[in-house]
Amino acid sequence: MSSDQTLQFRNPDQADQLAERLETLMADIDEPVTLMHVCGSHEQAIAKFGLRSLLPDGLSVRMGPGCPVCVTNMPEVDEAVAVAEQGAIVATYGDMFRVPGTQKSLADARADGADVEVVYSASEAVELAAEHPDREVVFFATGFETTAAPTAAILANDPPENFSVLSAHKYVPPAMEVVAEMPDVDIDGFLAAGHAATITGYGLFEPFVEEFELPIVVGGFEPIDVLLGVERLLEYIKADVAGLENAYPRCVSKEGNEQALETMWSVFETTSGEWRGIAEIPGANLVIRDEYAAYDTRERFDVEPASGGPDPLTEQCICGDIMAGKADPDECELFDEECTPGNPVGACMVSSEGTCKIWHEYGGHPDF
Amino acid sequence: MAENQSTDMDDSEDVVTLAHGAGGGAMRSMLQDLVVPRFAGNGAATDGTEVADDGDTPRVGLPELDDGAVHPVGDDGALVVTTDSHVVKPLFFPGGDIGRLAVAGTVNDLAMMGATEPTALTCSLVLEEGTPTSDVQRVIESMAATAEEADVSISTGDTKVMGNGDVDGIVINTAGVAYLDGNAPVSDAGLDPGDALIVSGPMGDHGIALLSAREGFDFTGDLESDVAPVNGFVGAAMDAGRITAMKDPTRGGLANALNEMAEKADVGIDIDEQRIPISGATASAGEVLGIDPLSVANEGKVVMGVDQNDAKAVLEAIQACPGGKDAEIVGQASEDHTGRVVVDTGFGRRYLSEPEGEALPRIC
Repeated sequence: MSSDQTLQFRNPDQADQLAERLETLMADIDEPVTLMHVCGSHEQAIAKFGLRSLLPDGLSVRMGPGCPVCVTNMPEVDEAVAVAEQGAIVATYGDMFRVPGTQKSLADARADGADVEVVYSASEAVELAAEHPDREVVFFATGFETTAAPTAAILANDPPENFSVLSAHKYVPPAMEVVAEMPDVDIDGFLAAGHAATITGYGLFEPFVEEFELPIVVGGFEPIDVLLGVERLLEYIKADVAGLENAYPRCVSKEGNEQALETMWSVFETTSGEWRGIAEIPGANLVIRDEYAAYDTRERFDVEPASGGPDPLTEQCICGDIMAGKADPDECELFDEECTPGNPVGACMVSSEGTCKIWHEYGGHPDF
Repeated sequence: MAENQSTDMDDSEDVVTLAHGAGGGAMRSMLQDLVVPRFAGNGAATDGTEVADDGDTPRVGLPELDDGAVHPVGDDGALVVTTDSHVVKPLFFPGGDIGRLAVAGTVNDLAMMGATEPTALTCSLVLEEGTPTSDVQRVIESMAATAEEADVSISTGDTKVMGNGDVDGIVINTAGVAYLDGNAPVSDAGLDPGDALIVSGPMGDHGIALLSAREGFDFTGDLESDVAPVNGFVGAAMDAGRITAMKDPTRGGLANALNEMAEKADVGIDIDEQRIPISGATASAGEVLGIDPLSVANEGKVVMGVDQNDAKAVLEAIQACPGGKDAEIVGQASEDHTGRVVVDTGFGRRYLSEPEGEALPRIC
């Protein structure tokens, strides 16, 4: 099947055909295969539509570091909390609001009297700044390329002087390299995220495929998109070829959104940074370039990370292993016990893109 | 909401959070720990052991955590009692208002015990200082109209006013009583393997309509709450066949109701997701909000377990009544995966989890 064939993306009959094809491919490959996807929306589609129950024995599809909220490091949350406590209005995405920092989440800071506002977009944060000209308004900016590009566009368009950005934006490709190199993680192929690739273009993965000799297929988020992406990856694995393929051509091009990319790279540059629980990853954090230093919260505020240790429960949280594809949520002792969406220990249970939250919501392993 | 939940992480003392009011596991464990063991004479001793039936013990009491209590009266009659406090934001919402909700909610709780001909309701109002009297009037008129629809009178009540900010607008408590003559009450725990599961109409309309209204999302299409009394079609269903278990999927929606029914009866439930009626408007709004229509409240719907031999007759009886035309058989109880609900999505199968906490729109 060619991947640009017109598909009905929610057609159960087609899902059955693809599931049969997966059976055949796995029989031909005749050894266990582990695929990794790097997007919470992929995990949602897999869990919500029960796709994992369609996978043949020996085929495992795991979520990697695909939840931007989850990989945001505790000291980054601490910075946002510190800025809020110094009197700035901190605006952030809702998923970030309750992510625990070392001592406090932004929600805790707000309960203690700080001004924290949940916004739906970077431009809403700018509106806040315009409404409060006498206050510092800080946008605590999280997310991959899909949200980094709009943040960049805001900064490139003369935002108000009282506005600044505390960037916790992340760049996915270097994280994929780190995970691919982890000695105790054995990934046979990547299902790349269609959302991010609409910005970056899929051509970006060419060097990766060459260096790591692993197939990458860019996939969409409907159930048929996901199954098709998995099927294409198995075809490459069966043929023992490290190919790159766009299985989401209705949204993704090879070049991506060149204008958005140009703006993004004019505002941000990459630097090494710690991804929560995973590793220090070279070139995977997006920080504001000197040209835009006036809008960089880190230049405008004296932000010291909080002192003291985190909640002891946090030590038991295996978010990092889950995001590295080493463990499933139900292997965590805290999962659905001490750690629930109402009282999350790790960020993976907070964000709607987090593996633990998704497994909590849609029932985890299909062991019936 | 976030403030309340986050502060309890700092405090050594447990506090009530909004999750305790969301109708899921958090609420049930609070009731089991704090409430049920303290009210003696209800079929549960204060130490949790069984107590002897002295004739006054309710046939369905507090420990069952059902929609209402059933007290034996006379030789073979029974009195069904229920109460419910209603808070909703906004007070007036697409498809209804707090008054209609308060009457329908209590009528429906009685109906869920098999008492479809309620004798009377009470109405207790708590009003916030500064509430326009025209709002109060609208609510009262809506209550009167809904009571007429359900064929019940509101025959006693109480009114309190609290200071500005001490209560949010209007809070209404209604209690209801009904007499059951000879018929056994229907519980929510009576499912047997093989029973068919029927839902009476489209799921999630109330919850999705309210969330959309509350968040100010301007969806085109007609999102409307389904709030309505259900005693009419429930009565028809009971006349048409043997109902083994029944629940109105309010807080936590169908997901919560099915999990509770499976758990209480110690059976598994298999559901065919594609047969669950969901309106187009609710489905699309749910997708945009990132909220599953199966996990949010309905206020005019019922899910019932029915003897499989009677399933067709019961379904047709419901479909012939107002409010029941979209009823469907959506699955059956089984001996497998006891206490859990498995959904066939049409693609694959997964567990249907019990929602925890209040559903919040996806933001990022």
